[in-house]
Amino acid sequence: MTYDINSKGYYGEFGGAFVPEMLYPNVDNLQRSYKEIMYQPDFQEEMNQLLKDYVGRPSPLYFAKRLSEKYQTQIYLKREDLNHTGSHKINNTIGQILLAKKLGKKRIIAETGAGQHGVATATVCALMGIECIVYMGSVDIERQAPNVSRMKMLGAKVIPATSGSQTLKDATNEAIRDWIQHPVETHYIIGSVVGPHPYPDMVARFQSVISEEMKVQLKEQTGNENPDAIIACVGGGSNAAGAFYHYLGDEAVRFIAVEAAGMGIHSGESAATSVLGTKGIIHGSRTLLMQTKDGQIIEPYSLSAGLDYPGIGPMHANLINSGRAKAVSVTDDEALKAAFVLTRMEGIIPALESAHAFAALEKMKFNEKDVVVINLSGRGDKDLATYKKHFETYGK
Amino acid sequence: MANKLDQLFEKKQSDILNIYFTAGFPNLNDTGNIILELEKAGADLIEIGMPYSDPMADGPTIQDSGQIALENGMNLNLLFDQINSIKKQASTPLICMGYLNQVMQFGENNFIRKCKETGVDGLILPDLPLDIYESDYKNLFEENDIKICFLITPQTSDERIREIDRLSTGFIYVVADSSITGNSKGISPKQIEYFERINSMNLQSKKLIGFGISDAQSFKTASQYSNGAIIGSAFIRAIKNGQQDLNTNISNFISSILN
Repeated sequence: MTYDINSKGYYGEFGGAFVPEMLYPNVDNLQRSYKEIMYQPDFQEEMNQLLKDYVGRPSPLYFAKRLSEKYQTQIYLKREDLNHTGSHKINNTIGQILLAKKLGKKRIIAETGAGQHGVATATVCALMGIECIVYMGSVDIERQAPNVSRMKMLGAKVIPATSGSQTLKDATNEAIRDWIQHPVETHYIIGSVVGPHPYPDMVARFQSVISEEMKVQLKEQTGNENPDAIIACVGGGSNAAGAFYHYLGDEAVRFIAVEAAGMGIHSGESAATSVLGTKGIIHGSRTLLMQTKDGQIIEPYSLSAGLDYPGIGPMHANLINSGRAKAVSVTDDEALKAAFVLTRMEGIIPALESAHAFAALEKMKFNEKDVVVINLSGRGDKDLATYKKHFETYGK
Repeated sequence: MANKLDQLFEKKQSDILNIYFTAGFPNLNDTGNIILELEKAGADLIEIGMPYSDPMADGPTIQDSGQIALENGMNLNLLFDQINSIKKQASTPLICMGYLNQVMQFGENNFIRKCKETGVDGLILPDLPLDIYESDYKNLFEENDIKICFLITPQTSDERIREIDRLSTGFIYVVADSSITGNSKGISPKQIEYFERINSMNLQSKKLIGFGISDAQSFKTASQYSNGAIIGSAFIRAIKNGQQDLNTNISNFISSILN
């Protein structure tokens, strides 16, 4: 069985490009050209140089000794938190800004939830001297204030999305509307493996550097390039897509996709799409999403702005639906607790999103010899205000 | 029963006035009344917006009206009931506009059957891709005589316009501006150049121009280059902010366009 995208842009029954005609020329152009452009030697050379010297890749693979003892298994952390700008998001924005330049685009738009993608986009726009507009839900602007300041300092214009739940879904709607109004000069840098084809595949390819490096690093450190399991958090799913990518065909490598259950899966305040979602269309892609029986999209909830999304990338919908990946749901409280465990045992403050992946360790049973890689997708500086509120509960 | 859209195009080829409104706005049960009043006031064609939580091709005015409609409790079953209740009194062709996910969740077969039963003549689904329409929907639509209307924009290539012309069974919705609905004023020379380019292609489909058509002047200009035009956001604003009762607001607005 193949888990790759087919020539029409589908992963099994999921994917495609369900966009209004106003976006068709841009999406069609990307579909025709993205692979050709991104695999040109000069493109690869420039991208790899930037990933090395500017981003700081390869990101380390770190054997977490104390965490391994606690959970009685061999835990390795892929340190995407150490990238420039503090998360995996920059892997994609470096790629897409170079692509936008090749396409002759003069203006960049992006959506952001936690602000990590917004910062990563604002960063590469500053680097290239290109105008940058970032759409961000009003609620997220409140709860991720440090990233808003960073984007502004980098010269980006941050526009609040005030409709709906005022979070990532609504920021994405506003970015799409902007693109509809400015189709010629603008490139839309989507931050996750969501949206119309070719975005899910394009973003997954730019993020695939994560698993490409993991193979080499695991071989060096354990003698085997394959781990037994990979754990990653999933909102739209870009860090998970990057961490799984080069292992898709190796069915012996287990994939664990960790979703945000918010206040609890059935609390009505959740973002656990694989459990609560049904098949439908969101942001131009046929996938699993949280919706009413009338097809109205349900506003999700997670304490973590980056996972607060009612859909899931079509690649993950297919992986979960086919049983290739196992979805695990983690509540706000479980994620907070896991963030403090990691911080106190390894001296690493994770992003609240990434903390969800660590909470899965409490819910899974691994053998002592199993090699388990957790993709530590981002660092927690942006979440200190949230963590601070819980010092009393979890910090003792 | 013959499709009312076909009948309209047989008897009228110019200055066709298509008015868009959002079902369930301003009040939940205004749908039937708005249709009857529009017909009385002189609209040739009525486009009923099916309110959606995430209307990516719509601007703020229509988006807000949809949000209010959803809060009012609007849903598709209710909409079909409302349309059905005035079926015998109304003879104006009706088009429903919405997003593919709504149709998918209602069930494609169910949805088309309901359209047929209640006298809906055609559909505009901006996010329905041409190839998916042709492979999955075309037969179903044709068997039930439900027309499909596709959009074109200034960026749509000639080759694709030909493809859209081949597959359109209702009319071609000529997007006047590459902008979302309700966001532009007047018609520019560049737009006229675009309309003339489309006209020179001698397409088989009827063409209605929409987006940015808001008053008598823009309606008149757009109609010179097509079979007529579509007004949406301006009408929504008129029934939202109008000084009079709903029916007077409707007739005043239509008079302001036609006179």
